[in-house]
Amino acid sequence: MGMTMTQKILAKHAGVESVTPGQFIEVELDMVLGNDITAPVAIKEFEKMGATDVFDKSKVSIVPDHFTPNKDIKTAQQCKFIRDFSMAKGIENYFEIGEVGIEHALLPEKGLVVAGDVVIGADSHTCTYGALGAFSTGVGSTDMAAGMATGKAWFKVPSAIKFNVTGSFQKWVSGKDVILHIIGMIGVDGALYKSMEFSGEGIKNLSMDDRFTIANMAIEAGAKNGIFPVDEQTVEYIREHSKREYVAYEADGDAEYDEVYDIDLSSIRPTVAFPHLPENTRTIDEVGDITIDQVVIGSCTNGRISDLRAAAEVLKGRKVKKGVRVIIFPATQSIYLQAMKEGLMEIFINAGAIISPPTCGPCLGGHMGVLAEGERCVATTNRNFVGRMGHVESEVYLASPAVAAASAVAGKIAGPEDLE
Amino acid sequence: MGKAFKYGDNVDTDVIIPARHLNTSEPSELAKFCMEDIDKDFVKNVKSGDVIVAGENFGCGSSREHAPIAIKASGVCCVIASSFARIFYRNSFNIGLPIFESKEASSAIQMGDEVSVDFETGEITNITRGEKYKAQPLPEFMRAIIDADGLINYIKKNIK
Ligand code: SF4
Repeated sequence: MGMTMTQKILAKHAGVESVTPGQFIEVELDMVLGNDITAPVAIKEFEKMGATDVFDKSKVSIVPDHFTPNKDIKTAQQCKFIRDFSMAKGIENYFEIGEVGIEHALLPEKGLVVAGDVVIGADSHTCTYGALGAFSTGVGSTDMAAGMATGKAWFKVPSAIKFNVTGSFQKWVSGKDVILHIIGMIGVDGALYKSMEFSGEGIKNLSMDDRFTIANMAIEAGAKNGIFPVDEQTVEYIREHSKREYVAYEADGDAEYDEVYDIDLSSIRPTVAFPHLPENTRTIDEVGDITIDQVVIGSCTNGRISDLRAAAEVLKGRKVKKGVRVIIFPATQSIYLQAMKEGLMEIFINAGAIISPPTCGPCLGGHMGVLAEGERCVATTNRNFVGRMGHVESEVYLASPAVAAASAVAGKIAGPEDLE
Repeated sequence: MGKAFKYGDNVDTDVIIPARHLNTSEPSELAKFCMEDIDKDFVKNVKSGDVIVAGENFGCGSSREHAPIAIKASGVCCVIASSFARIFYRNSFNIGLPIFESKEASSAIQMGDEVSVDFETGEITNITRGEKYKAQPLPEFMRAIIDADGLINYIKKNIK
């Protein structure tokens, strides 16, 4: 029986010829990631384990991005704890706030993940790097601790769902709409324990940023990972950001899939996920009249340069509706800088938005834009669970940067086509 | 043996332990806010040995190990659900919170039922209703981790 792309990467890293779904394997890791919420727990476990050194100083990344710049004393303590550990162990990829960014935008940008890698991260959106043709998945802090100590992790080999992508986008439609459409179709547990493998001639019409957004939300369908084939765009991205060797894996022609879905990009409309699950999707044509209090544009899902460009294209020469608060949070320092060079920040400020430093901040209701009781927010983030961005009675609507920006101007959920 | 706290499908890690409380990783601190956004009386009512019972995809969302840690520290002895989100599933084993998949038990058990679980066989007894349900037995690999009393000890043994 043939193997899927994911299975091939896992087999190689387990040092075996082939694997089958359901098999338990132990694999060699190319990168182990943690952040300021999960790494403190992992470090304590690492110490309990009796480990002294990390398995490879260049293969551990520690990124303080959730509550940074430190929002209160407790978080300052946590950040100090992981900083001290990183210094003591000589961890090469520890990023202080002047060079930091949201982990899942930062690692690819720093060239720390390339095609063919196996990556675990103590953060559920670690699945983002599937865009690069890597196997990457979220784990907990104990797995991170074990990974740091041994360079290995255990996995149950997943089966896969295939998404056969054709066509190209209509104006104002992007990767976010594709993944919301898919989650709406298969549900938040539609891919539970499985891989989501994307292929087909339409892949070339998805930019790397679109692919990052799509892979980022694979976990929102319950998937173990999402993965894209390696093409010219991938190679160009890797060459631009990394000096490391990459390996391009391909699914076997006779690989088996639990299900196959056809996704025609040209038929996808701007899509919004209503509270309180990412599967509660409606197209922009079906949203009705939903007035809003806040808009956030950024995060590991949609805080990349093309996202900011899309938002700026909508906001240029327009004003945010009075009474709506708009927060833009670029995902990394270099995206921030690029946006400045392109004049996007000026557009945002002139429109009446505020710009936050690169941080997870509002995405998890941490700081920098927490919601009050009864407030509604349109967010380009990836989760709209109860209380996710603040008060348990607040509401989050997930959308693309273009829709979020248009909603900011309209004062209610709207697409760019709805603006004058 | 203990009382069942019953919830629906897709109980996510944000309601199990909201992010606003993640500025600590102390189990006893986390336990004070366990299930806060889905059941504000949970912490007041839960006793050692109680059981959480839920529907599909329990523990979906973030990778925060704080979620199973908070549940374990609250005194809950195990979680029974129709299915679990995968990161929550591995985290629970890794930290030593037993979890059982059983659609039968998940639909039959009601809030407040007295329940006992045999961790060896996966047999669940509903004392209130006089019923028995079968949970999926643990895969062998998981057993090895559980037998070593969690991943940390499992690794500790192999690290030398
Ligand atoms: S931006 Fe949001 S989803 Fe992404 S890593 Fe940060 S908190 Fe998690």
